[in-house]
Amino acid sequence: MIAALLGPRLAAIIIKELWAVLRDPRSRLSLLMPPLLQLLVFGYASTMEVRHVTIGVLDRDGGQWSHEIVQRLAGSPNVKRIVRLDSENALARAIDTQQVIAAVQFDSHFSADVSAARGAVVGVVYDGRKSNAAQIVSGYIDRIVAGVAGDIHTARPPAPSGSSSNVTWFNPNLDYLWFSIPSLVVIISLVSSTAVVSQSVAREKELGTYDQLMVSPFRVWEILAGKMVPPVLVGLANATLYLAMNPLIFGVPFTGSLWLFYPSLLVFLLAVSGIGMLISVVANTQQQAFLGMFALTVPVFLLSGYAAPIDNIPPFLQILAEANPAKHFLIVTEGLFLKGMPAADVFANTWPMAVIAVVTIAAASYLFRSRLE
Amino acid sequence: MSEGHTSGFDPRRFRAMLVKESLQIARDPSTFLIAFVLPVLLLFLFGYGVNLDTARSRVGVVVQDNSAAASSLAGAFQGSRWFDVVATGSVSTLSPDLVAGRIRGIVVIPDGFGRAVAHGGGTIQVLTDGSLPNTASFIGAYAEGVRATWAAARSTDHGAVHPPPIQTVSRFWFNPELKSRYNLVPGSIAVVMTMVGTLLTALVIAREWERGTLEAVMATPVGMAEFIATKVVPYFLLALGSMTLCTVLAITVFGVPFRGSPLALLAIASAFLFPALGQGLLISAATKNQFVASQLALLSAFLPTMLLSGFLFEISSMPKPIQAISYLVPSRYLIPQLQTVFIVGDDWALFLPNIAVLLGFGTVFFVLAVRATRRRIA
Repeated sequence: MIAALLGPRLAAIIIKELWAVLRDPRSRLSLLMPPLLQLLVFGYASTMEVRHVTIGVLDRDGGQWSHEIVQRLAGSPNVKRIVRLDSENALARAIDTQQVIAAVQFDSHFSADVSAARGAVVGVVYDGRKSNAAQIVSGYIDRIVAGVAGDIHTARPPAPSGSSSNVTWFNPNLDYLWFSIPSLVVIISLVSSTAVVSQSVAREKELGTYDQLMVSPFRVWEILAGKMVPPVLVGLANATLYLAMNPLIFGVPFTGSLWLFYPSLLVFLLAVSGIGMLISVVANTQQQAFLGMFALTVPVFLLSGYAAPIDNIPPFLQILAEANPAKHFLIVTEGLFLKGMPAADVFANTWPMAVIAVVTIAAASYLFRSRLE
Repeated sequence: MSEGHTSGFDPRRFRAMLVKESLQIARDPSTFLIAFVLPVLLLFLFGYGVNLDTARSRVGVVVQDNSAAASSLAGAFQGSRWFDVVATGSVSTLSPDLVAGRIRGIVVIPDGFGRAVAHGGGTIQVLTDGSLPNTASFIGAYAEGVRATWAAARSTDHGAVHPPPIQTVSRFWFNPELKSRYNLVPGSIAVVMTMVGTLLTALVIAREWERGTLEAVMATPVGMAEFIATKVVPYFLLALGSMTLCTVLAITVFGVPFRGSPLALLAIASAFLFPALGQGLLISAATKNQFVASQLALLSAFLPTMLLSGFLFEISSMPKPIQAISYLVPSRYLIPQLQTVFIVGDDWALFLPNIAVLLGFGTVFFVLAVRATRRRIA
């Protein structure tokens, strides 16, 4: 059937390439098991939320109001445990050894200050080694203290009221998993398909079968097309597996159209395989190909918007990120999972990947051909 | 290998083997790439690219009320250093921008806001893009901050000054400006040492297994201890070299303080390299295949260092089973030490238990690696 569709030569080389990847049972396993494990472990691990924190308390006051604040801290769903500290030294030790991420300090006259409306002060010390988590925990503590302050009835007129009501679209409970699962679909299909493609030409060179390939009647485009098929199929298979597993395990909604997802995924995988092919053609050994692929995948991963928000990176790196297929496909995937992204927006983020695919595949075949002569 | 014809440890033979291995490493351009080029790239990316500090967020503002209060609050959003107001209009015209990611939130000042403010109230609505949960909660919090500050300033104008009855004074030790670079750059040194120690070692030695050159070495009178040592020592030195390069760059280029001692850093790094190299050896001996070794090293060493070590994500926030797995990741015991030696100082009470755990992991990995190597040869 494949032969009828593509012509016998192309079919033959595709079958050969598929065999080369799937023949070894261990490499078959390493194409499927790691991505599955990654989705499970890293899906749950990658959370920017800060929960189950331990907070130290140095309470020199022991009065009504310090007690009230500590009670509310202990009752917060984000706080796992409160550790009582009895001195400044103990507080410093607890922070230094990372036993606690923050320590709350009450002076001996704290409750008296509150009752007398003298402007009571709560001191909080945070572990700046965890800059992001400390900042988030300071938000929790500030809110709890402000809540207690709001309940204090003094003779003074009430502070100006008013509020803001937050409505979160696309992810009403702000579940971080709803962000990480779609992102991991991108990251893992990226990693698995580059791993396969970067080895393809390099392996032939190392094993010496490269020359056999050269003297075969295949044209360059047929050889390269054959070599692009396995990584694209591996990427498609992994992404499909995730789409199927997601409702069973994670329950992240997929609100967009699969008819938009698959064409965009295909373009993404072609772009990724193009980059991998370029590395494979340049490398002389499998080791160089792997390391080259690795050296490229790490920046692609870090500048995709998954590890840190794209909005935060400096402008010159944002320009560089435009050449990153994962950055574009992450927008498409998040959009199609959560936002029901319309075709125009999907297209706007797909054509840059098509450009990357065309440029890299053209460059790879040019280099491949120039090595022939 | 039979132990009969090996005469234990011979310094001359050991030196010869060491020279051979070192030359082999020095001649391979990809070693240079992993040990020196990629670390610089990583440091650069973590120093500049991966920024967890809150940046200005692009938002749209919708004003449905034509009171003076509403336009004054809209002006407060325009002037806020947390927001970049890129669009105005109605919710229905701005929501496609939210879908496309051109804006991350919409602030709605509803009809009747002015009247509500006059009666001491006034509620705004903040619509955020939940597909980026972190950004969404920051925008929610900062939008409320802008509104509250605006309301407080207005009431001051009207003559009523109310300091809050309880004030919180926060101090962030070691990193008062909360620069995420201060913990990401030292943390990335863990990633670099994992790359050289585990990834590169596993890959290179797996290739020797694949090509059969290891069997050739085994056929010589080299003892098992010598053999393992000559394989490991050059990579150990190489990894310390890239660690040193990273440290110098972290201090000079990225301005990360170094408050500990070089000796402590050396002790910490050496303790980590013991399990890292052991794991690399074990992977190569167990797989004997470059492709499988590379995938296994990525999965068991590189990705856990990135994701499960507390480097990018807070371990205490992870579900219990994942936290349990993180105890098996050696870099989990390295990250706090690195961050401490850089921005806190020498704290041996924190270092020593972690170093002990790392040495324990190293022993286990090396014992397993030796057994796997023996079995291969038998």
